[in-house]
Amino acid sequence: MDEKYQQYWKRNLAILVSLLIGWFVFSYGLGILLAEPLNSIRFGGFKMGFWFAQQGSQYAFIIIIFIYVYMMNRLDREFDVREE
Amino acid sequence: MDIQTWTFIIVGATFALYIGIAVWSRAGNTKDFYVAGGSVHPLFNGMATAADWMSAGSFISMAGMIAFLGYDGSVYLMGWTGGYVLLALLLAPYLRKFGKFTVPDFVGDRYYSSGARMVAVFCAVFISFTYVAGQMRGTGIVFSRFLNVEIEIGVVIGMIIVFFYAVMGGMKGITYTQVAQYCVLIFAYLVPVIFISIMMTGNAIPQLGFGGTLEDGTYLLDRLDGLSEELGLAMYTSGNKPMIDVFFITAALMIGTAGLPHVIVRFFTVPRVRDARTSAGYALIFIVLLYSTAPALAAFAKVNLVDTIHNVEYSEVPDWFTNWEQTGLVAFNDLNNDGIINYSGDPAVNELHIDPDIIVLANPEIANLPNWVIGLVAAGGLAAALSTAAGLLLVISTSVAHDLFKRTLKPDLSDKNELWIARIAAGGAVIVAGYFGINPPGFVAQTIAFAFGLAAASFFPAIILGIFYKKMNKEGAVSGMVVGVLFTTAYIIFFTFIRPELNNADNWLFGISPEGIGTLGMLLNMAVALVVVRFTKSPPLHIQELVETIRVPGKRK
Repeated sequence: MDEKYQQYWKRNLAILVSLLIGWFVFSYGLGILLAEPLNSIRFGGFKMGFWFAQQGSQYAFIIIIFIYVYMMNRLDREFDVREE
Repeated sequence: MDIQTWTFIIVGATFALYIGIAVWSRAGNTKDFYVAGGSVHPLFNGMATAADWMSAGSFISMAGMIAFLGYDGSVYLMGWTGGYVLLALLLAPYLRKFGKFTVPDFVGDRYYSSGARMVAVFCAVFISFTYVAGQMRGTGIVFSRFLNVEIEIGVVIGMIIVFFYAVMGGMKGITYTQVAQYCVLIFAYLVPVIFISIMMTGNAIPQLGFGGTLEDGTYLLDRLDGLSEELGLAMYTSGNKPMIDVFFITAALMIGTAGLPHVIVRFFTVPRVRDARTSAGYALIFIVLLYSTAPALAAFAKVNLVDTIHNVEYSEVPDWFTNWEQTGLVAFNDLNNDGIINYSGDPAVNELHIDPDIIVLANPEIANLPNWVIGLVAAGGLAAALSTAAGLLLVISTSVAHDLFKRTLKPDLSDKNELWIARIAAGGAVIVAGYFGINPPGFVAQTIAFAFGLAAASFFPAIILGIFYKKMNKEGAVSGMVVGVLFTTAYIIFFTFIRPELNNADNWLFGISPEGIGTLGMLLNMAVALVVVRFTKSPPLHIQELVETIRVPGKRK
């Protein structure tokens, strides 16, 4: 049985790492580190770097959490640890 | 009807609603009082978390700060929303599975040490008090500005309302009033912004109007950059803080958010682990509804403000300017005696003082909106301040009743007596908070940075290591927390109180301001913990088993 839980935890960690990379890229990456060069690209009235810092990052955060919810629910079912 | 009457009616109606909910949701036992019986629907918990989280500062001050900081204001937007990703992925589900009542509970049990529990109690109480004083003050300020009562009386009215539902209903009462308060505050925030967005850009969605064009066909943001250049201010869309500082402040606010005890404890109130995950997602949606609107409001209001009063004869300023002059939030100092208001980034010729709070508070008047909208803004500001205050007071009350009395001093305390102590502690905390609201220590603004820095440098690493590093022991965790807290505290106190004249980028460590130092404190905490753990003995087996249990939802089969 312990084997199964170790496996669950490993998969959980893999999900966390990939989603946290996304979290970093959409805030620190596009909104801070690359904001300056991205500001030369525009859509409508927005400069891209500025838009990611004040708008895009927030939308990305929501999407990341719901991807997490979806993936974890699937993992819980697969390993039969879902609470009823 | 005039503004005062509208304000009385709307604020009175919302207060009656909060008290009604409090009577309906009385707490019967400590589980009700601490975690609302652990039976809150994730959607409601999301709303309650959003109201808990968005303080008087978020509602009243944030848009104004962004209006004056431009791009640099993004640290608040990313910092105070991105923390929820950390909360959802790294903390909430595991703490829900752990299934106790408080953050010190987790720290104390996981590190099998009442010393660790006491360090956590101290941090929780300290963070909560620094934060709650500002909320009570905010309540007083809203009352005094909109209803013409003394700030002191406003604080006392706020105290009575909070006392009512926090002492009677505990977490249960607070949760359901917070749901109502969220609805009031988000409605109050969005209505005026939607009006202004339509007026200025013809787009009813502020997030789109933000990137839209003004009447003359120029983009709003280009206009702002143009104005900034004309007035000698930093470019609105690029700002002027050094990148490393922006990076560290954003990180400190994110990590601090995830480490604030009144936010974490909200995830103890949902029934299941997967509800904790979903609930964090809902909370963030509700928060982003306000946080993505704030920068749009900042841009609209800034253009509007400069257009209406820059280069205008003082004798011809609009009514709102004269009204708000009485509060000291705007002031005109005619340096060159020409009777014309000159707004400039150069302090030598700038004749206009504008407090950032004016952006939200006076916004409906600046945009000529109907009187009921102004009453609504008052009710929204109060909802934001009271909901946050209640959440913080509950943390203080549970820390005293549960962690100090039940878990440390008197383990044989009956549930009924523990509940009484919790109520008395909540009542006492309301009075202390009210006292600080009436006699604010002169450093309220800095203490908020302090609360975040401290939360980042103390709880966050201890909890993360407790979950993700099975072999972390009490020696490592406690020495990490102590070093993190001492380092962060010393840095902030040095630059804000001891040598404030040195508080500039030349003297900062690696160019990191006191606002961002919590990030470094957190890294230091982790580093110390990871070194100390190598030289001390592993945690007992039952603790390692506890860690295995909280990592997986459901019962072990």
